[in-house]
Amino acid sequence: MASGSSIGVGGVFVNAEVTTSGRPVLRLNEVECFLLSSVDFDSEDDPPRFTALKSGNLILTTHRLIWIPSQSNVAVPSSIPLAAVTHIFSHKKSIKSMFHSPRIRFQTDPGSIVVTIVFRGKGDFDGFLTKFWECWRGRAWEEEDKSESETSRSGGSGTVAQGLYGNDGTVRMVGLAGILRKEQEQWESTDKSLQDAFQDLNALMSKAKEMVSLAEKMRQKLLSAPSSQNSSTDDEEMGSKEEMQQWMLSVGIISPVTKESAGALYHQELSRQLADFVRIPLEQAGGMISLTDMYYHFNRARGTELISPDDLWKACTLWEKFDVPVMLRKFDSGVMVIQNKSHSDEEVMSRIRMLVTKTETLRAGVTASDAALTLKIAPAMAKEHLLTAETKGLLCRDMSPDGLRFYFNLFPEIDLTNLHIVKDFGTYGEWVKATSILSV
Amino acid sequence: MQKLADFKLPQFFNYPPYFTLQPVRDTREKQIQLWKELILDYCKSQKTFLICVEEDFPLFSNSAIDRSLSHEAKETFLSAIVGEGRAEWLDKGHRKCLILWHRIQDWADIILQFVRDNGLEDSVMTVEEIRSGTESLGTELQGIDRTILMRALKLLENKGKLALFKGTSADDEGVKFSV
Repeated sequence: MASGSSIGVGGVFVNAEVTTSGRPVLRLNEVECFLLSSVDFDSEDDPPRFTALKSGNLILTTHRLIWIPSQSNVAVPSSIPLAAVTHIFSHKKSIKSMFHSPRIRFQTDPGSIVVTIVFRGKGDFDGFLTKFWECWRGRAWEEEDKSESETSRSGGSGTVAQGLYGNDGTVRMVGLAGILRKEQEQWESTDKSLQDAFQDLNALMSKAKEMVSLAEKMRQKLLSAPSSQNSSTDDEEMGSKEEMQQWMLSVGIISPVTKESAGALYHQELSRQLADFVRIPLEQAGGMISLTDMYYHFNRARGTELISPDDLWKACTLWEKFDVPVMLRKFDSGVMVIQNKSHSDEEVMSRIRMLVTKTETLRAGVTASDAALTLKIAPAMAKEHLLTAETKGLLCRDMSPDGLRFYFNLFPEIDLTNLHIVKDFGTYGEWVKATSILSV
Repeated sequence: MQKLADFKLPQFFNYPPYFTLQPVRDTREKQIQLWKELILDYCKSQKTFLICVEEDFPLFSNSAIDRSLSHEAKETFLSAIVGEGRAEWLDKGHRKCLILWHRIQDWADIILQFVRDNGLEDSVMTVEEIRSGTESLGTELQGIDRTILMRALKLLENKGKLALFKGTSADDEGVKFSV
């Protein structure tokens, strides 16, 4: 058939030189990128703009698309320079395309001819497509144009170097070695960009150092500040210092004053604040309030700057160092309460005594909830009081399926020598009267 | 105040805390003493010699106030009586308690008095006759617990006041007084 020169109208293809064994001859700096077999080049125009190339090997290089026929007598090896490609059409996958051989369309100059590559083989089509884009975008031929104009002066224009070293002495990116070297280059550039990124981190770290030293300076300042107990600093200054202290604690900086000394400045201030605050809820609760209830009240009043249970407890324990009218008290059961210092046990005992010697309670006793209602205190508090009264011998207990009740303790008044005697005076007599109303 | 059979109960029997073992030491001490007296008085009046902890004992509950003693309470009170020598546990599991509302010594004295009252100083009787014979009718010895009686007799035997001898059967066990 037609031999040699360009096939078809418009000169889409350029003859490609091959070696005696059928390998393409590559230009200076040209690198093979992909190889696929059973590839056709078609023109889908009607009438076709060029004669189709059927059934050949397609070699993608950095510079060209080279097509080598599998049967040399039908056609000649041809190529399309990537420089001539003006547009690569996007590959749309459709149901139709699933049953057909994959194909790529691109436009080439001169003439804006649309060429279709049909892949009839089983090769990695997607990989090829990616590489095709890469190589086309890579525009390796442009660099070559520059260097070619240089080497043309030193002689030997256009001669293809066959060895490893190029005309100007640099290592050529050719073949397998070329691919390896290209990989190496890629690693190096990645490494460099990573290093740049770490530069940013280093910058961040140096800033952090600055922040820490700033915090340290603040800490020193607070340390050297006069203690809150002695000086008459105005509220604002104390407030801002407390704020500073709180902020520093919140970013995890240990308080300047150690636990062995008066306790953290923060806790001291909190302690005073709490002592003031506690007055009103204490009154409402009848002189004694559990630590958990106070935690609720206090935090609710604060609104946003909530304190932890631990902070609350620490603040209460500091009261013994100050002269405040409230105290923290721990019962045998482990329950912790805040109570007025003036709120003595005797006062509570007398209130309970009054309660249990009433006719009704003489007869029926009291439960913790009854006591809570009458004494106007929390049920848990009431129980603690009743238990204390029992320990003191004022009350004794009655356990039944109905629950736990407390009675006025009559045992001391009962005569061991004569079990039947009931004295006229004394609560025992009162009790007998109270019960006889209902006895059978 | 109510009665248990013909026994008059004290007022504090209707006091609910009386039926709850008190945790406070001083209060419990008093409670134990009150129960001890009550138990002994009741057993004496009813001639009850044995209390079985696991069985219902009329004194240990009060339906009027809907209260009764827990097992722990019963054991505590009875053990207190045993501790003072007025009762004895008959088994290691503390299920049966022999009530000595008279001490053994007291019973021995009662027997001696009985012998003198009936002119039995040198006579012979069976043990069974002492507890259920015509002479013992209406006396404290009537219906006395066998175990207690034997103990009292042995005590007197040791003192040489009598001699015990075995008969052909348990019922024939006899006593020769030498008061």
